[in-house]
Amino acid sequence: MSPVDQLEQDPAVAPTPDGAVRAPRRGWGALMRWETVLLALLLASIFYGSQVSEHFLSKSNFFFIGLNVGEIAIMALPLTLIVITGEIDLSVASMLGLSSTLVGLLFREGWPIWAAVAGALVAGLLGGMLNGVLVTRLGLPSIAVTIGTLTLFRGIAEILLKSDSVTGFPIGLTNVGILPVPHTQLAYSVTIFLAMAVVYGVVLHATPIGRKVFAIGLQEEAAFFAGVRVQRVKFWLYALSGLVCAFAGVLWTFRFATSRYDAGTGLELNVVAIVLLGGVSIFGGRGSIVGVVLATAVMGCLQEAFTLINVDPQVQNIITGVLLLLSVLVPNLPEFVRRGRRALARRRQPRPT
Amino acid sequence: MTAVGPAPAPAPAPASGAATEAPRRMLERVSRARELGIVAAIVIVFLVTTGKNSAFAHGESVQQLLAGTCLIALLGAGETLVIVTRNVDLSVGSVLGLSAYVVGDLFAHHQEMPQVAAYGVGIGIGLVCGAVNGLVTTVFRVPSLVVTLAALYVVRGIDALIVNGKQVDPASIPHGFQELGSAAVFHIPWLAVFVAVIIGVIGYAMRSFRPARDLYAIGSNPDAAALAGIPTGRRVFTAFLISGGLAGLGGVLFLSEFATVASTAGSGYEFLVIAAVVVGGVAIFGGSGTVLGAALGALLLNTINQALVAAQVSAFWNQAIAGFLLLAAIAFDRFLALRVNRALRSAERGAS
Repeated sequence: MSPVDQLEQDPAVAPTPDGAVRAPRRGWGALMRWETVLLALLLASIFYGSQVSEHFLSKSNFFFIGLNVGEIAIMALPLTLIVITGEIDLSVASMLGLSSTLVGLLFREGWPIWAAVAGALVAGLLGGMLNGVLVTRLGLPSIAVTIGTLTLFRGIAEILLKSDSVTGFPIGLTNVGILPVPHTQLAYSVTIFLAMAVVYGVVLHATPIGRKVFAIGLQEEAAFFAGVRVQRVKFWLYALSGLVCAFAGVLWTFRFATSRYDAGTGLELNVVAIVLLGGVSIFGGRGSIVGVVLATAVMGCLQEAFTLINVDPQVQNIITGVLLLLSVLVPNLPEFVRRGRRALARRRQPRPT
Repeated sequence: MTAVGPAPAPAPAPASGAATEAPRRMLERVSRARELGIVAAIVIVFLVTTGKNSAFAHGESVQQLLAGTCLIALLGAGETLVIVTRNVDLSVGSVLGLSAYVVGDLFAHHQEMPQVAAYGVGIGIGLVCGAVNGLVTTVFRVPSLVVTLAALYVVRGIDALIVNGKQVDPASIPHGFQELGSAAVFHIPWLAVFVAVIIGVIGYAMRSFRPARDLYAIGSNPDAAALAGIPTGRRVFTAFLISGGLAGLGGVLFLSEFATVASTAGSGYEFLVIAAVVVGGVAIFGGSGTVLGAALGALLLNTINQALVAAQVSAFWNQAIAGFLLLAAIAFDRFLALRVNRALRSAERGAS
């Protein structure tokens, strides 16, 4: 679909009779609708969970729900911004694996743990910049670039650590996998996610940077002529994504108290699924952090509820898929109905001769 | 696909008369050069590795090489049809897994089931999945990336539901059926011959068959294609249908080659297939590329994998090299597209 006909189809940006673009109000309306659906889904899944198991609403279970989705949710935040600009980053989970590998490798070489973590974060930033350069400077399609770096990052991790695994990290740090933040039932990863989500939400929805991100996604050329440095914004979003995914890799390493090259293999699809489930349009230009946070909560609750009643994790994939499908079908339904009606009306009318 | 981003290389402007001759010839030459380039790369890798370890050129090794390429090349053919229309099919790996297990399970319960039935069931499963992908994408006009990602999950889930922790083991698969996956003539596996014929047929159709040419038109410019009277919805649907059918067939071939199927069979294939297709010169934003190129891409990636083993480079290097190669391939394509553009523009200027 070309950007042009997307604009035509999108009621949120249809010009009003007086020529003004009525983006904000209709845009918020469209957002509200999908987020309301998500909220209803969340309540339904909490209700369902409490029905199938009395453990679901217990405090410790709340901790585990968060623990299971924490890293995925953190990686979803920068990806949300990237998808809103109309691009994609599929290398997120490989970056998590590479970061986990580096933390383990450097720690095994005798680096102090904070230095190993810093090393992993720098690698993440550099990896993200590599994606950014390939997409913005060379102008390559992001989906192909990041499938390439998905393989490349995982491959580098494999070369570095081979089939070894590194353990023996300081207990104080590996406790993030067992203990919640003191005086709460929140896992550390979720606490960090929520704090980050607030920052991302403010930046995306209430600052010029956020407006630029949306502008790029809606009409890249128009944004460029309006003075947005399109390539620079995209470049830094990729760099940010690399850094944040490396950070998620550090958390992942401490949560499992193990560093392996295959950490988080295949998670990229889960991260993309959460972003899309949050109502972010894959064509760019539309989406919200609130939606992504709600989608994370829905996924976490459903996953935990099904695990409590012993549904195979592979079978749970069906739910993920169906929700994903709904997330694109529901916002499109009004348009589909309108189109169907128009076609019917056209068929009833006698053909002009 | 993502709507914005670097504008796909503009198709050659259909100027009139003799002015178009030269550019068109050059375009043909470039696309042929792209495939010849891959062939050259395969030959170089092959010769260098054989120089280091003569066993690499032996029959068994070649047989292994071809057999390992078949499934990816077959799925790549279907994926090419879909990507050419500016869509993508991420569900191929899951469909392959489902088809392989269901057919294997049928054999386990009905040993004397005719082979034709096995193929029919496998392809049928694939066609159903492809039809659903195609229908949802075209009727509701939603992005295929999301639809097929959802299908990837749902089909894998259904697969796990049916498998339920069990596994198909070789003892329950009739020997006659395994022949296709294991037997060979002159060290060319029957499997490779079979897949090569399919790719040949699809490749011929993509070159000379009108509805197949429509796919390129749709991928180059969906709006223009619709205005030109091409039934875009129906064509895209057909592309998904064929991709699904080939993935289903891939499942049957997977079963005949490996004879063991667990619930994870074929997972992760989607990225291998897309990598092979892109290395083979199919533009990810649609409009150009051939099934032959995609098959060669699959062969190149697999040759490099096997060469690393033969040259006793640790297998840990495989992934990194594959990733690097993919990046190099798309960067090279971009470079080529820029060159062609410039040449076309100067040719136009010369003509006017």
